[in-house]
Amino acid sequence: MANPVTAGLAQAGGFFAFALDTIRAFPRRPFQFRELVQQAWFIASVSILPAALVAIPFGAVISLQLGSLTRQLGAQSFSGAASVLAVVREAGPIVTALIIAGAGASAICADLGARKIREELDAMQVLGIDPIQRLVVPRVIASMFVAVLLNGLVSVVGVAGGYFFNVIMQGGTPGAYLNSFQALGQLADLVSGEIKALCFGAIAALVACYLGMNAKGGPKGVGDAVNQTVVFAFMLLFAVNFIIVAIYFQVVPQKGS
Amino acid sequence: MGVEVTVEGLTKSFGRQLIWGDVSLTLPAGEISVLLGPSGTGKSVFLKTLVGLLKPEAGSIWIRDKDLPKLSEHDLYEVRKLFGVLFQDGALFGSMTLYDNIAFPLREHTKKSEREVRDIVMEKMEMVGLLGAEKKLPGEISGGMRKRAGLARALVLDPEIILFDEPDSGLDPVRTAYLNQLIVDLNQQVEATFLIVTHDINTARTLPDNIGLLYHRHLAMFGPREMLLCSEEPVVRQFLNAQRVGPIGMAEEKDADELAAEAESGQEIPPLPPVPVQLPPSNGLPRRTQRPPGEWCRQNGVTPPPGSFEGVDWTVPDEGTVYSSRYAQPVDGDQDTVTLRRREG
Ligand SMILES: Nc1ncnc2c1ncn2[C@@H]1O[C@H](COP(=O)(O)OP(=O)(O)OP(=O)(O)O)[C@@H](O)[C@H]1O
Ligand SMILES: [Mg+2]
Repeated sequence: MANPVTAGLAQAGGFFAFALDTIRAFPRRPFQFRELVQQAWFIASVSILPAALVAIPFGAVISLQLGSLTRQLGAQSFSGAASVLAVVREAGPIVTALIIAGAGASAICADLGARKIREELDAMQVLGIDPIQRLVVPRVIASMFVAVLLNGLVSVVGVAGGYFFNVIMQGGTPGAYLNSFQALGQLADLVSGEIKALCFGAIAALVACYLGMNAKGGPKGVGDAVNQTVVFAFMLLFAVNFIIVAIYFQVVPQKGS
Repeated sequence: MGVEVTVEGLTKSFGRQLIWGDVSLTLPAGEISVLLGPSGTGKSVFLKTLVGLLKPEAGSIWIRDKDLPKLSEHDLYEVRKLFGVLFQDGALFGSMTLYDNIAFPLREHTKKSEREVRDIVMEKMEMVGLLGAEKKLPGEISGGMRKRAGLARALVLDPEIILFDEPDSGLDPVRTAYLNQLIVDLNQQVEATFLIVTHDINTARTLPDNIGLLYHRHLAMFGPREMLLCSEEPVVRQFLNAQRVGPIGMAEEKDADELAAEAESGQEIPPLPPVPVQLPPSNGLPRRTQRPPGEWCRQNGVTPPPGSFEGVDWTVPDEGTVYSSRYAQPVDGDQDTVTLRRREG
């Protein structure tokens, strides 16, 4: 067990087995609708405000950077398109990932970890209730749902921030901003952003539930699990982001090229 | 009437660390058994293995005609309905009130109406003395109350086997005495098979019908209470009498040097203390599975230490129900009050 390679592989194997168990438990009745609503509300309440607050400076930074870059390249008229696309395609999902992993997943992990060390989960199993069906499935769905919402929110706030900085601060024209966007943007951009968010929500919640339910060693174990959740969720989300982007450019034909 | 549990050759490890190996014992139906052992010997792991939360590497656990470790997940959930488990801190669901916690198994597993649920929940809450605390959350009550609430929840589906993980840890002596009395009374009423893990020597000496001792990765001994309390086996003797002289050391077992030094220093092993009488149910009537004091000693030709059984003459077969001289004899009427007053005194 001391070997870090085997330990890491065992951890990964355990995670995949857990993810499969969760997927198999999706259709099982009775569906925990109340838990789903509560969890969605809970995750939304811890993540919406930070997401909005992060989205504004993020949108601003991107539009400032791209605004000056496009000016240097002599392609000012495209600065609107560039910053909107950057926000919708990348910044939105990335901010969503940051918030979902940092705020949502860590809260889920802390909650389940505390239940684990209080032996609530064991008690549940002894009472004949499967914690995966009862607790994990609603959390995963709630997290996916909130991630999609967050991504929408972040995109809107980011684009608005970008518009503000580009048009008002850097003196771009509103017409050029919107026009250029029409020329390059397409619905697939938003769809791909939302698909990313959906995957991020699912993965972050699965990681959080898995580590929380396997916490051991008292309160310190829960702290460790929360810490690992944030780290692993970030790593996985960025890796998955890369994969989805690679697929996106293969599958969706780009305008103007 | 409880169910017999037979464990054969059970072995459990985590990775390469063997917790215990080749454990075989039978929990007789309807009797109270206590499992003892130094900290970290895997008593909690044993309980979790018994209910199928942990999978053993080898061995069987027979309950009726089912071998637990070999059951599918689905069958396991069925067999678990025979069990009630009281976890160390009650393991109540933190987001639910005590009432909802106790009603939880009924709402999940039965089609009872809320009225019926209410009746059962109230009955169990009264049984454990928690009436009036229905609306409290687990975070708002004391440890002893949490344990009693956990017990009420474990009882609500009328289990045939009840497992207690350290019901007395973290309780003061008075609460421990009350809880022990509750356990005995409960056993008299529901007649389920009880297995109690405890560190409290007094509990272990007076409560059970059988005692088991886990030590050094195996089951050192399991058998009737009097057998262990009269045993000269060094480990059993040391543990049941909470002595320092013997093979158990502070960390784990003592090594050869320490034992030699101990022998050299000529430390006398103190004599076995008298065997106490068993704690009787509070209505004074014996439990169905309770045996008269001294019966095992007499049948097996073992002489208990002098002063055992509080002066009851253990050499003659006991026909009546006079199991304890300390408590009033159960003849009629208001004996309850007498026993209660005596106990408090
Ligand atoms: N899930 C687990 N994974 C790995 N090791 C475990 C696990 N559960 C328990 N152990 C180990 O098994 C051993 C026995 O633990 P257990 O909790 O059963 O002891 P115990 O006899 O109940 O002790 P105590 O009297 O202190 O409660 C310990 O060394 C513990 O570290
Ligand atoms: Mg324990």
